[in-house]
Amino acid sequence: MAALNGAVENGQPDKKVPPLPRPLRSLEVKYTKIFINNEWHESTSGKKFPTYNPSTLEKICDIEEGDKPDVDSAVEAAKAAFQRGSPWRQMDAPSRGRFLHKLADLLERDRVILATLETMDTGKPFLQAYFIDLEGCIKTLRYYAGWADKIQGRTIPVDENFVCFTRHEPMGVCGAITPWNFPLLMLVWKMAPALCCGNTLVIKPAEQTPLTALYIGSLIKEVGFPPGVVNIVPGYGPTAGAAISTHDSIDKIAFTGSTKVGKLIKEAASKSNLKRVTLELGGKNPCIVCADADLDLAVECAHQGVFFNQGQCCTAASRVFVEEQIYAEFVKRSVEFAKKRLVGDPFDARTEQGPQIDQKQFDKILELIESGKKEGAKLECGGLAIEDRGLFIKPTVFSEVTDNMRIAKEEIFGPVQPIMKFKSIEEVIRRANSTEYGLTAAVFTKNLDRALTLASALQSGTVWINCYNALYAQAPFGGFKMSGNGREL
Amino acid sequence: ASPIPAPNPRPDIAYSKIFINNEWHDAVSKKTFPTINPATGEVICQVAEGDKVNAVGLRWVCSPWEQVQRGWRGRHHPMSHLGSSVFAAALETLDNGKPYAISYLVDLDMVVKCLRYFAGWSDKFHGKTIPLDGDFFCYTRHEPVGVCGQIIPWNFPLLMQAWKLGPALATGNVVVMKVAEQTPLTALYVASLIKEAGFPPGVVNIIPGYGTTAGAAISSHMDVDKVAFTGSTEVGHLIQKAAAESNLKRVTLELGGKSPNIIMSDADMDWAVDQAHFALFFNQGQCCCAGSRTYVQEGIYNEFVERSVEKAKARVVGNPFDFKTEQGPQVDEEQFKKILGYISTGQREGAKLLCGGSPAADRGYFIQPTVFGDVQDSMTIAREEIFGPVMQILKFRTIEEVIERANDSKYGLAAAVFTRDLDKANFVSQSLRAGTVWINCYDVFGAQAPFGGYKASGNGRELGEYGLEAYVEVKN
Repeated sequence: MAALNGAVENGQPDKKVPPLPRPLRSLEVKYTKIFINNEWHESTSGKKFPTYNPSTLEKICDIEEGDKPDVDSAVEAAKAAFQRGSPWRQMDAPSRGRFLHKLADLLERDRVILATLETMDTGKPFLQAYFIDLEGCIKTLRYYAGWADKIQGRTIPVDENFVCFTRHEPMGVCGAITPWNFPLLMLVWKMAPALCCGNTLVIKPAEQTPLTALYIGSLIKEVGFPPGVVNIVPGYGPTAGAAISTHDSIDKIAFTGSTKVGKLIKEAASKSNLKRVTLELGGKNPCIVCADADLDLAVECAHQGVFFNQGQCCTAASRVFVEEQIYAEFVKRSVEFAKKRLVGDPFDARTEQGPQIDQKQFDKILELIESGKKEGAKLECGGLAIEDRGLFIKPTVFSEVTDNMRIAKEEIFGPVQPIMKFKSIEEVIRRANSTEYGLTAAVFTKNLDRALTLASALQSGTVWINCYNALYAQAPFGGFKMSGNGREL
Repeated sequence: ASPIPAPNPRPDIAYSKIFINNEWHDAVSKKTFPTINPATGEVICQVAEGDKVNAVGLRWVCSPWEQVQRGWRGRHHPMSHLGSSVFAAALETLDNGKPYAISYLVDLDMVVKCLRYFAGWSDKFHGKTIPLDGDFFCYTRHEPVGVCGQIIPWNFPLLMQAWKLGPALATGNVVVMKVAEQTPLTALYVASLIKEAGFPPGVVNIIPGYGTTAGAAISSHMDVDKVAFTGSTEVGHLIQKAAAESNLKRVTLELGGKSPNIIMSDADMDWAVDQAHFALFFNQGQCCCAGSRTYVQEGIYNEFVERSVEKAKARVVGNPFDFKTEQGPQVDEEQFKKILGYISTGQREGAKLLCGGSPAADRGYFIQPTVFGDVQDSMTIAREEIFGPVMQILKFRTIEEVIERANDSKYGLAAAVFTRDLDKANFVSQSLRAGTVWINCYDVFGAQAPFGGYKASGNGRELGEYGLEAYVEVKN
């Protein structure tokens, strides 16, 4: 369930296995307001919006709905916290690191609470939220805590008699707009480096999943970050999100989400104050399985690669290219895997797949599945919703997929695995690169030359060789082409 | 600020043996040696005396340590909680004589910060991928250098231990550490914390003993890949020689100094006097980077000397466990006699004794804060490292002259310049042949900032990212 193939987890080979953590069954949601200056506020408009549990389709609670005036207040607070001479600006680098470590400590303390909230809000299996999402959050915070006093400039020998040195200064007020697929993890990926370098933040979490972001607001206050350093404004994209991307006092914006919205954000940034933009967008990631691959490994990695998180990963292995000699066997084994994938209540320890995030995504995925059937792909298993179960979709495998089909071109973001055939390396390189996306790619082969050739030929920000979703705080992640701008981690 | 927690001036000594493979051993020879409380001259306890035979037989424990993920390695540093800090500070004061308030507020604080800093580097010391001519894939790995011998001094026992363990462990090495025979106790206590923190057995091994036996065994050992030594220049020569004659082990040295502290006439006088005093007298004068040649520009010389003498006379010497004490005893009888010897040489060679000059108590190794004026560059006290509370003040006229005189030393560890003028600060700091130049401050250290000497003050740098380099082998 955790990192795949060979990634050593704890470095403690003979550690005793502790009992599995249990979710909190009647968890009260304490934080539902807008977080500015370490205080909780109601929305200026008085409006609220609901957040739902996608497993039960019930409303969890109402959240204050932030809009432009709330964003303005948040930005004002963040700007004040960034003023020269402010407590945050005066704090030395190692102290910022200490704060990040303390925040990580509090995440460890409240790990069960956060994992429970995340599962309630997203439908992802609780044990995955606990062992993967929360683990990533804690490690990322600690990694960046360590960098705080290691962000070094240089002294530079220039022509003539000058003293020249660089300082790496914080950018200022950073807007962060985070998605619903890994709500807390994507937030920490932005928060940790931003705070490490001394910036202040205005964060808009996804409207589908605001709970863990707001909870972290309470931890920020508990750690003792000065007021205004971190501000959180829940709300919708076209209102709160747009207010952030067009704000003249925000120095930088970081967005993770769809390519479509990424373009809007970059446009808004250019039209307003040329704020610096980093984007983590979609992907249609090729997973290339060569005939000489370790077949069991490749099948399992490709399976987890596409089905993990209900298929809702920007890194989803949503184009599996298999060399023709092993194609039939690969499809057969992948179908076996897909058929035994356990879909159910995310709070059940046995569940591997929960519901999709909401009706809109659910409808989109089913529509793409239909297009696959209509355009002539062979439906090997799944292909429909689980009856009367709300937003649950059966793990679906398509074979005989061709590059021009919609399921081979569009990001599905659901539990659908399209498997295609290829004959030669040159061909698969060309086909893998024929996309406007370029986030990740994976290669399964035992051959050294093939591995290196593919690694350098694929136009992807990350190339995994004989593994999948090996994501670590130390290693940069981000996309080529329209999968994004810039790198995180 | 919260008050300093009160120490127990008679801490329990639980650890006085040799620490190997996370276990405590007697010396193979069964010998022990005494460690003395320099405030009283009394024996604190006996300590196992490690020798060649104990240092031998330490093979590099490769597999489990190598497998340990770098991030995990970074998490585990001892000494992160208050209880151990109070105890360790008290033990340090008992063994070394430095005032407890300073052990607690300065030494321990810096120890924890150093370990935390290097913990953060564990997973960040990147190699490179390099574009070569031709069609090749080229990259470097930063691999641990291997078994690191580390020989540490008595002036900052805990801190010097942290400076050595931090970078060595962050980069994945294993350590054989010989601690100073004058001050073995706190290092052995830290060994118990290493075990508690969960480091695999054999990663850190600590051997109390003497330089000529245990220390020599390490520097000439064929299975030790690298040796790091902090101590006198004299012994530094021996270590480098032994390394060359044995297996060409990599060598880094932090040695002595006779650091010039240059006070320009436009300096902030109060601040300069205060800092020059601190620069020399801190830690009972027992700092490799002590500002032991205070060059004062002639226009302000008389006033500076007068104020410095006043300050020296007011320095409180006494029981190091007393919170009012600023200066404790020298570390042992040998140092005590040597310093008194330098004082009488100073007088004999014609320097003007302005205050102090004698022992400060009947018991223990206390020396009065001593100031010499009208010191000339040729005098012994201006050339040799005294390592005691003896301040030399010299007069200069021009910048060019003082730069030349400051650089006229076999040493080059640190230096300082006090001036308000930007151009003078730039000019002087760039001209001085010293590993650290402080401008309008002294003894400012950070785990982030590299420290080390030019010339006979040493080879290599400790601390900062630079400090990691000596502990890796670059494999291309």
